[in-house]
Amino acid sequence: MTKFTPTRRGVLKTGVAAGAGLALPTIFTSSAHAVTNEPTGSSVTLGFNVPQTGPYADEGADELRAYELAVEHLNGGGDGGMLNTFSSKVLDGTGIMGKKVEYVTGDTQTKSDAARASAKSMIEKDGAIMITGGSSSGVAIAVQGLCQEAGVIFMAGLTHSNDTTGKDRKANGFRHFFNGYMSGAALAPVLKNLYGDDRKAYHLTADYTWGWTQQESIAAATEALGWETVNNVLTPLASTDFSSYIAPVLNSGADVLVLNHYGGNMVNSLTNAVQFGLREKEVNGKNFEIVVPLFSRLMARGAGENIKNIVGSTNWHWSLQDEGSKAFVKSFGEKYGFPPSQAAHTCYVQTLLYADAVTRAGSFAPCDVAAALEGFEFDGLGNGKTLYRAEDHQCFKDVLVVKGKENPQSEFDLLEVVEVTPAAQVTYPPNHPMFGGDEASLGECNNGA
Amino acid sequence: MLGLNKKDTSLLIVVAILALAAPFLLNPFPTNSAMAQFNAGYPDLMQRFVIFGIFAIGFNILFGLTGYLSFGHAAFLGVGSYAAVWMFKLLSYNVVPAIALSVVVAGIFSVLIGYVSLRRSGIYFSILTLAFAQMSFALAYSVLSNPKFNLTNGETGLQVYADDPQILHRDGLPDVPHLFGWAMRDNFLELKLGGWEFTFNNGYYLCALIMLVVFYLSIRLFRSPFGLMLRAVKSNQNRLNYTGLNPKPYTLAAFIISGMYAGLAGGLLAAMDPLAGAERMQWTASGEVVLMTILGGAGTLIGPVLGAGFIKYFENIFSKINDNVLHQWFAFMPDGMEDFMVFIVHPFVGKGWHLTLGILFMLVVTFLPGGLVEGGQRLLNVIRNRGRKPADPKDPEHHPKETPHVAE
Repeated sequence: MTKFTPTRRGVLKTGVAAGAGLALPTIFTSSAHAVTNEPTGSSVTLGFNVPQTGPYADEGADELRAYELAVEHLNGGGDGGMLNTFSSKVLDGTGIMGKKVEYVTGDTQTKSDAARASAKSMIEKDGAIMITGGSSSGVAIAVQGLCQEAGVIFMAGLTHSNDTTGKDRKANGFRHFFNGYMSGAALAPVLKNLYGDDRKAYHLTADYTWGWTQQESIAAATEALGWETVNNVLTPLASTDFSSYIAPVLNSGADVLVLNHYGGNMVNSLTNAVQFGLREKEVNGKNFEIVVPLFSRLMARGAGENIKNIVGSTNWHWSLQDEGSKAFVKSFGEKYGFPPSQAAHTCYVQTLLYADAVTRAGSFAPCDVAAALEGFEFDGLGNGKTLYRAEDHQCFKDVLVVKGKENPQSEFDLLEVVEVTPAAQVTYPPNHPMFGGDEASLGECNNGA
Repeated sequence: MLGLNKKDTSLLIVVAILALAAPFLLNPFPTNSAMAQFNAGYPDLMQRFVIFGIFAIGFNILFGLTGYLSFGHAAFLGVGSYAAVWMFKLLSYNVVPAIALSVVVAGIFSVLIGYVSLRRSGIYFSILTLAFAQMSFALAYSVLSNPKFNLTNGETGLQVYADDPQILHRDGLPDVPHLFGWAMRDNFLELKLGGWEFTFNNGYYLCALIMLVVFYLSIRLFRSPFGLMLRAVKSNQNRLNYTGLNPKPYTLAAFIISGMYAGLAGGLLAAMDPLAGAERMQWTASGEVVLMTILGGAGTLIGPVLGAGFIKYFENIFSKINDNVLHQWFAFMPDGMEDFMVFIVHPFVGKGWHLTLGILFMLVVTFLPGGLVEGGQRLLNVIRNRGRKPADPKDPEHHPKETPHVAE
């Protein structure tokens, strides 16, 4: 090898050069830009980024079905679904602004890294103008950040963490789904009626942003009732067996177990809890109860018998009898042979809302689309009157409190609606401390490169 | 040239040409053709090719030269990424301090892990490194990320927020990772030639230049007395001990160098996309670099880079072929036939890309134990020998004599 002999002068020179380099202001400036991936041809490409593998794969598969259905309806195929019941009438089945809707899909693997790589390839390679999907808040927040940087719109799929539209809110990101705070606010009165106001709760919580905020919300709401929070144990998202977490519950003196788990996690933890005989137990002279703050039909199906009489909240359920829900369930059922899940519903609605906003704005530019969505009030999409709040890009609508049915009529008829909590009861100020307080801001909307 | 012999110089030049012309080479199909699905010339994937190439080159310095199989190299990659993102959060979006710190931190980290793990060799070494990597993963995933003390931001991944200090950030500088104002995510040139589109990305060229530099360093290292010493460790460590040499400093040095390569790769990943996720440290990520190196050809110079490209291509291109695309491909067939073909191909694409990769990996290891490099060499030999009259098929100096055919 050659010998490296530094001289005093050489070292000084290099040092000065390096210093000057670091101190230099902008040498290279980026040129003026139009809109990222502005569709110029006869079609427009949307990116559907859903988990196809991992703990939320069931939800992901259902989301993808909903997206395909939405694309079909936007392009004028099928029976039109919710296009007919939507309060805004600008969508006419000719795609979006006359451009045929095409789509690309990707697998988030429920991992932030993989989800971002997949979204990046959609934006860079396939020219997607909007990214949507996801079934995990960690992923949603990561992808939302990416879309903000890249200058495309992100329409969040199933994400329930307060952070998505709380401290991690972004100007280019929008969420139709409800959140942990809303679940807590809707559940608390129902829990009080059912189980009284003197309870000791033990929390098992999925160890990531959704679990943390969900637990924080439900603990705050139940403590306001007079409940006591005995313990909160964080479990890794990738866990499949929760026996070792359930055993300590028995000796903790708690009489309620709150499972802040979702998807496959919840199915496994609930099954473990039932196997340990928690539901037959009596503690402190009361029946032991299990609460699952975020519920879905797919989870109910996975958990089978164990789900009966367990209370939780949900964004939407196929048994709702409003016109929008009926139309959606009908066209989804005709295409796939079974009713849609809440994940499918929110994804379908988000796609329609995006298409509608583009049409109303008359432009694909993310800033124009965002302006059209902000403060938008609509109806006929299954949740009654809904508002897309401008301050944090969160939808405000009624929340359903559901419980596992005692005598299901079919394999899909697993949940019954206990109460519809009106939107006003779950509304909070945009600078609520659980949502990042006064510091949280959307930032500037980004039209991209 | 540059202290390299003729063969190595030409290898370096070939790699340089491949790396610099990648936007052309990886986009062989016109954008609107059906084959465009297989184009890989978009910035994100090209960046991944070279970054994981760097990762694999570094891994090969340890595994290819000393034979020590580390199953925990992803830990250094992850540590590098976290270091880089923290630099973005604290200093500024300039990538220079971020990349520098990621290499340094990964180096320190590898001293600690290497010092302990290298007390054992063989399978015990592998298990130790795996254990350390899983520990790092668990730390990053949950222990060091809770609402009170959040170093890694757990499952969501570490990101830069608007309210981070960024003390060197000034107005006028882009709000994304940049090199003195030159945003990594921007393209300096987008060429449209006929139906083809070629994208020249700032970030990619930075990665490619760094890759060439570290590739050159690795050639020098392979050809140096130090490299020879490492090969001696691989071939027979006992004999080395008996000659009175202590192999430990050499193996530790190799471990640290390869850890720093991994840290550099991690820093570059964060520089291209300012988010560091804990999955980067998981054992699957560590296993991936082992696969890359073996697939390409362990102990060869160019092999790991090829292997990295191969695996990343599958991960990003095959995983995106969905049923919709398959139906388009087979649309020319009659209906029943079309559905049948989709049914057959379906398990191997989309989320089944692992299956295809597994089969290919099996084939390569079985038939080309030297990896893709061996395949290339065989192909070259066939081409060279074609047209030339085979001199004498029987090797006159072959001893012992070939066993006669059973029929004779």
